[in-house]
Amino acid sequence: MLDQANFLVPPIYYVALSGILFILGMVGVLLRRNAILIFMSVELMLNSANLAFVAFARSFLDVNGQVFVFFVMTVAAVEVAVGLALIVAIFRTRRSIDIDELHSMEG
Amino acid sequence: MIGYILFGLVALVAIVSAVGMLLSTNAIHAALFLVINLICIALFYLGLNAPFLAMVQITVYAGAIMVLFLFVIMLLGAEQVTLKSQLKWQAPLAIVLAVVMIAATFLLFFNVQASGGLSPLAPISEDPRQTETFGSPYAVGEVLFGAYLLPFEMTGVLLLVAMIGAIILTRNEAGGMRDEQRAASNE
Amino acid sequence: MQLPILESINLMAVLPVLIIAGWACVLLVFDLLIPRSRKHWTAWLALVGLLGAAVALFFQIGHFARLGSEAAFDGMVTVDGFSIFLQVVFVLTAIVGVLLALDYLPRHGIERGEYYVLLLFTTIGMMIMSMAADLIVVFVALELLSIPLYILSGFAGMRETSEEAALKYFLLGAFASSFLVYGIALTYGGTGTTRLTGIAQAVTSDALNLPLTTVGMGLLLVGLGFKVAAVPFHMWTPDVYQGAPTPVTAFMSVGAKAGGFAALIRVLVTAFPAIASEWGTLIAVIAGLTMLLGNIVAISQSNIKRMLAYSSIAHAGYILLAVAAAQRSENASFAIGAVVFYLLAYALTNLGAFTVAIAVERDDGTGTEIDDFAGLGKTRPWMALAMALFMLSLTGMPISGGLVGKVFVFQAALQAVPGDPLLLAVVIIGVLTSVVSAFYYLKVIMVMYMREGEGKAVLPLALKTVLAATAFGTLVLGIIPGPVFQMAQRAMLK
Repeated sequence: MLDQANFLVPPIYYVALSGILFILGMVGVLLRRNAILIFMSVELMLNSANLAFVAFARSFLDVNGQVFVFFVMTVAAVEVAVGLALIVAIFRTRRSIDIDELHSMEG
Repeated sequence: MIGYILFGLVALVAIVSAVGMLLSTNAIHAALFLVINLICIALFYLGLNAPFLAMVQITVYAGAIMVLFLFVIMLLGAEQVTLKSQLKWQAPLAIVLAVVMIAATFLLFFNVQASGGLSPLAPISEDPRQTETFGSPYAVGEVLFGAYLLPFEMTGVLLLVAMIGAIILTRNEAGGMRDEQRAASNE
Repeated sequence: MQLPILESINLMAVLPVLIIAGWACVLLVFDLLIPRSRKHWTAWLALVGLLGAAVALFFQIGHFARLGSEAAFDGMVTVDGFSIFLQVVFVLTAIVGVLLALDYLPRHGIERGEYYVLLLFTTIGMMIMSMAADLIVVFVALELLSIPLYILSGFAGMRETSEEAALKYFLLGAFASSFLVYGIALTYGGTGTTRLTGIAQAVTSDALNLPLTTVGMGLLLVGLGFKVAAVPFHMWTPDVYQGAPTPVTAFMSVGAKAGGFAALIRVLVTAFPAIASEWGTLIAVIAGLTMLLGNIVAISQSNIKRMLAYSSIAHAGYILLAVAAAQRSENASFAIGAVVFYLLAYALTNLGAFTVAIAVERDDGTGTEIDDFAGLGKTRPWMALAMALFMLSLTGMPISGGLVGKVFVFQAALQAVPGDPLLLAVVIIGVLTSVVSAFYYLKVIMVMYMREGEGKAVLPLALKTVLAATAFGTLVLGIIPGPVFQMAQRAMLK
C-alpha cells in the first residue's frame, strides 16, 4: 500500500484548476454558435463548480460540500433532459440548431 | 511528490480535453472530449477523498448524461458544426477576457497560497481515522437525508418536471390530433 | 445515525407550499382522466389548490405577525413576514396565470392540462425561494422556478417564435445558473458554510477568506442578475417575452422577477451585511444602467409584448435602487418594505396590462402590435380605461399604485444617501427616466383613443374578472396605500 499522504495535493490546486475549467467553459458559451456545443460548455462550467465544492469539502473535512455536488448533478441531469428535448424539437422544425439563425423576432 | 506528478498529468489532460471540446468542428468529437474531461474530474474526486462521488460522476455524468448527448447528436445528424462566428468582434474579445480571467485566477491562487493556504477554518487533517469515513456513502447519505431533506425533496419534484417537460416538448401535437381522429372514426 | 425529528422539520410553517406541491401531483393524475375537450376542468381544479394555499397563507399572516419568524427543515428555510408577503404575491400571480390561460390556450390550440401542473410547480419554486435560508436551497429553488418556465415558454410548440424563445431562455438561464453555482462554491470556500446566517458570522470573523468570498458574491450577483433581467444581463428578456405564449409572459414577468428579487434580498441582506457598502454601490450602478437602458430602448418598440419587456427591465432598475438602499441597516426595513410594495404594485399593474394584450391578441398569435390597439377607446371603453390606468401606473402618475411604489423607492434611496452619495445620482436618473417613460406608455393611450381602427378584442368572463381585480388593486394601492405599506413594513427579514 502506498502511503496516502504521498497522494495529497493541497485542495487549493484543485480550486485553481476548477477556475481555469470554468473560464474555458465560459469562453465556449461565448464563442460557439451551436446550441449543443453551448450546452456542453455549460456542463463543463457546472462540473468545474463541482470540483471546487469537493476540493473545499476536503480542505474543511466537511461532508456538506460533497452533498452539494449531488444537487448540482441532479439539476444538471434535469437541464439536460429539458434542454435536449428543446433542441430536438427545434431541429425538427428548422433543420438547424445554430443560434445565429434564430432571429424570427426583431426589434 | 507522486501526488503532484499525478495531479499535474491529469490536470493537463483535463485542460487539453476542455480546449479540444471548444475547438472541435465535429459535435461527436466535442462530446468525447467532454467525456474525457468528466473522467479526469472523477479521478480528482478520488484524490480528494470522495470515492462515492467519483463513482456517481462516472455513472451519471460520463455515462448517462453524455450518452444522451451523443444519442441526440447522432439522432439529429448534426455532427458537423462550424467554428465561425457571425459576430467577428466576439471571438477576440472572448479570448482576451479568458486570458485576463485566467491571470486573475492565478493571482487569487498565489494570494491564497501566500496567506497561508486555503483552510483557516479547519486545517487539513492527516489523521487517518478522520479521513477514512469521510466521503463514504454512509457519511454522504446521512447528511443528504438529514439536514438536506428539503432540497432533496425539491430535486424529486424537479425530476418530475423534467419528465413532463421532455414529453411535452417532443410529443408531436399533430400526432395527438391523429389519435383523436382515429378514436372518432372508431366510434 | 441522527434523523431529523419532526419538530425540526416544522411542516406547518411551509403548509402553503405543501398544499400546492401535493395538489400539483394529484392534478397530474386527474388530468389523465379528464377528456381532451374538457381540459378547463384541470384549470378549475388548479384554482382550487391555489385557493387552498391562499387560505393557509391567510391563517399564517396572523400567526407570524405575533411570532416573527420560524425556521423549518432544520433551518434550511425561514418563514417570516417577508416570505409570507411575497408568497401572497406569488399565489395571486399564479391564480391570475391560470385565469389568463383559461381561454387563451383553447383559442390558440395549445390546451394541455400540463400547463396548469407546471404553473403550480414553478409557483412552489418561487415560494421556497422567498424563504430560503441556505444557498443550496436558493439554487434548487431557482431551478424549480426556472425549468417549468423554460417548458412553458415553449408551450406553443408549433409557433416558431415560442420554440425560439424557450431555447434562448433555456441556454442563457443554464449559463446564469452555472455562474450562481460557482459563486456558491467560492462563497462556501471562503466562509466554510452555505447557511446565510453562518456566512454573515464568517464574514465578520477572522476565519474569512476575503478574496474567495468577494469573487463568490460577485458571481452570485451575476447569476441572480440574469433572473431579474438587470443590465448587462438583460438581453434574453425581449425575445423571450415576445416569443412565449402571452399568459406565460405575464406570469413570468411578475413571478420570476419577484422570485429573483426575493433571493437577491435574502442573500445580500442576510449573508453580507458586513460588506454592505460594497454591494450597495455595485447594485446602485447596475440600477442606474438598468433604468437608462430599459426606458430608452422601450421608446422605439412597436410590439406591445416587446415594449412591456423593456418596461420590465426598467422597473427592475427601480426595484434594484431600493435594494441598494437596504445597505444601511438603519433603514433596511423601510427599503425592503419599499421593494415588496413595489413588487406588489408592479405585479397588479403588469398583469392587468398583459390581460389587455391577451384580449387584443388574435388566435394565430398576431395582433400584438401597439397599432392593433387603435379604436379600442370606442369599441371597448371600459377595457381601454383600465389599460389607460395601467399605463399611467407604470409611468408613475397619481392615483395609481405605480406612483406610490416609486415614491417609496426614491424615499428609501434618499434616506440612504448619507451612507452612499452615489444613490443621489441614481435617484435623479430614476426621476428623469420616469419622465422619459411617459413617452412610450402614453403612446399606447393615444393610439387607443385618438387613432381610428377596428378595435377588436375578445374579452371572456375570466379576463374581465382579472381586469376588474387588477384595476381595483392598482387604484387601492394608489389611493389608500397606508395599510398595505404598513404590512410591507412588517415584512422584515428576521
